[in-house]
Amino acid sequence: MPIITYRQALNDTLGEELARDPNVLLMGEEIGVFQGSYRITEGLLQEFGPKRVVDTPIAEEGFVGVAIGAAMLGLRPVVEIMTINFVLVAIDQVVNHASKIHYMFGGQVRVPLVIRTPSGGTGQLGATHSQSFENWFAYCPGLKVVAPATPYDAKGLMRAAIRDNDPVIFIESLALYDTKGEVPEDDDFVVPIGLAEVKRKGSDVTVVSYSRMTAVALQVAQRMESEGISVEVVDLRSLRPLDRPTIMASVKKTNRAVVIAEDWYSYGVTAEIAASIQEEAFDYLDAPVQRVAGIEVPLPYAKDLSAASKPSANSLIYAIRQVLKGSRGR
Amino acid sequence: MTRVEEPVRTDLAAENADELRHYYYQMLLLRRFEERTSEMYVKAKIGGYCHLNLGEEATIVGLMAALKPEDYIFTNYREHGYILARGVAPGPVMAELFGRETGVSGGRGGSMHLFDAKANFMGGYAIVGGQVPLAVGAAYALRYQGRPGVVVAQMGDGTTNIGAFYESLNLAKLWKCPVLFFIVNNGFGMGTSVAMGSSETELWRKGASFRIHGEQVDGTDVLAVRDAVRRLRTRAEAEGEPALLDLVSFRFRGHSVIDADRYRDPEQVRKGRETNDPVRNFAALLHDHGIADDEWLKSTAIRVDREVQEAIDFANASPDPKGEDLFTYMYATPVPNTPGPEEAARAVQINRGEL
Ligand SMILES: Cc1ncc(C[n+]2csc(CCOP(=O)(O)OP(=O)(O)O)c2C)c(N)n1
Repeated sequence: MPIITYRQALNDTLGEELARDPNVLLMGEEIGVFQGSYRITEGLLQEFGPKRVVDTPIAEEGFVGVAIGAAMLGLRPVVEIMTINFVLVAIDQVVNHASKIHYMFGGQVRVPLVIRTPSGGTGQLGATHSQSFENWFAYCPGLKVVAPATPYDAKGLMRAAIRDNDPVIFIESLALYDTKGEVPEDDDFVVPIGLAEVKRKGSDVTVVSYSRMTAVALQVAQRMESEGISVEVVDLRSLRPLDRPTIMASVKKTNRAVVIAEDWYSYGVTAEIAASIQEEAFDYLDAPVQRVAGIEVPLPYAKDLSAASKPSANSLIYAIRQVLKGSRGR
Repeated sequence: MTRVEEPVRTDLAAENADELRHYYYQMLLLRRFEERTSEMYVKAKIGGYCHLNLGEEATIVGLMAALKPEDYIFTNYREHGYILARGVAPGPVMAELFGRETGVSGGRGGSMHLFDAKANFMGGYAIVGGQVPLAVGAAYALRYQGRPGVVVAQMGDGTTNIGAFYESLNLAKLWKCPVLFFIVNNGFGMGTSVAMGSSETELWRKGASFRIHGEQVDGTDVLAVRDAVRRLRTRAEAEGEPALLDLVSFRFRGHSVIDADRYRDPEQVRKGRETNDPVRNFAALLHDHGIADDEWLKSTAIRVDREVQEAIDFANASPDPKGEDLFTYMYATPVPNTPGPEEAARAVQINRGEL
């Protein structure tokens, strides 16, 4: 299998799907002439022209709604929102419209739409440009939410998302765009929506994560191996629907769990996973589930405060040691 | 209702020479501050996203020359020049870009989120369009409380395509809010030209269906900007009549310091900078009219260089915010049982691998 970047995997897949299905089109700010704010759509305007690769004004509520309406008539728009922070301007269209239309109208019409957007942030992006809102969408029945961690999954899930007949929120990460990995060349390769994957086998503790935090978890697992600690990493890949059986199978085996995500601690993804483990695998647990998540502040710009507010390899290692000691609480 | 004012050539002889020289000084300060900011970004002293006002100096200085101390200003994230021209010292502004405790937002905001309550500088906002309704709200409050003054809602050309802008226009007119919609038309929003993004490319007309008066102004002419703002400001304050200004200028560089500007023809950018350089053009004007001689221009350049260097030195010497202060500004009304300095210090330690 060729080794390519996460960015390349997305770029390739978008190009292949544009070529495969004339109803697929891309829409978003700066995706064409500018070549994509993070170069995910680079070269696609040149290859497919302005009918298929549509540069939009800064009008998220408008063009997301337009994409939903177009999807109702059979187009398959793939909308780029520059970063997830800006999706808030369009959230009414997504939550009050896209998520409801199929169910509320008795299954008469579908909304085959993909909204792809990078979430979270490293560096000093500041309070308004570094947030993680995938849990807001994962909260909403009727949406599907996926968050690949590797180029392999980025490709497989993007294919699945574009071919899916429901609105899919496709979560990316700036910090993953340059990471590399193997990606199959097979035309029919997809990663099904709704399936988690054990990305690394281990026996002492399960770490549940997704997107960039899976990359962090895999590094930590590697580091801890030298100390004789065997970490199993469950990569969620889909947040809605959530693959609880894969999480439980792992926790029942290792008897300890740490959940890590970049969003804020209270009411976040880690809370959902920890609650599910408590419900479904309580008798198997040797220690309370530990959670690692964002500190609950608007992300400060200053370097050290900013770093301290986001989950990191160090905070994950700390939590793993706590769960191995059987300690309670944060 | 809506019209373009004929450009009025200001009679320099009728102007106060000291004031003119002060405008030039301010414009040069903005220019040097931004050039050095770009340099500091490359040296990794500044992080995150960082947008410069290069080419917009006359727009900014002209605006501030017309405003009064009681007026309020809301801007987008491209706002270093606005806070400087409003009179805030360069040191704390640079310190904010460096993320230091002495910065204008205590190091919490960064380049895109500058604020100075004493100067009525109500903040830089980085979600496109976000500042526009806030500015209308501030104008609403002025009117409600019977206070003098007006509010400026600064934004870029690209921002006139977002819904919040249109809702704001309607509310401002409907509720008689003394607000000036101040559109810095530098021709581009990132890589999107005005024509690519707006069906109405004459931005000054965009208030028309809300019965808001609009004018196009040469944004590279500091006096034209000042005079237009003065006139519309007076009316806004007296009659609660909002107005829209379309200030045309030329963006000297890419969208942000990390944008290589590949989508613009380099030759056109070179030419654009040459003909639309507000700082150089104003220097020539003052020189031609005997208001500033070579010596004064030279000493002003030296003074500006020194002041910007002092700002950098101040920022460099300033402390970072303390880890234990992570939660310090969390709530204006404190709440029991929420994390404080101890939890903050712990978070920092865990993150550094010290626990
Ligand atoms: C709601 C929203 N969408 C997209 C962005 C990303 N973005 C930041 S600046 C910008 C361009 C704005 O252009 P303009 O209003 O002309 O202002 P300028 O940068 O030229 O000052 C875009 C699209 C954002 N910050 N917020």
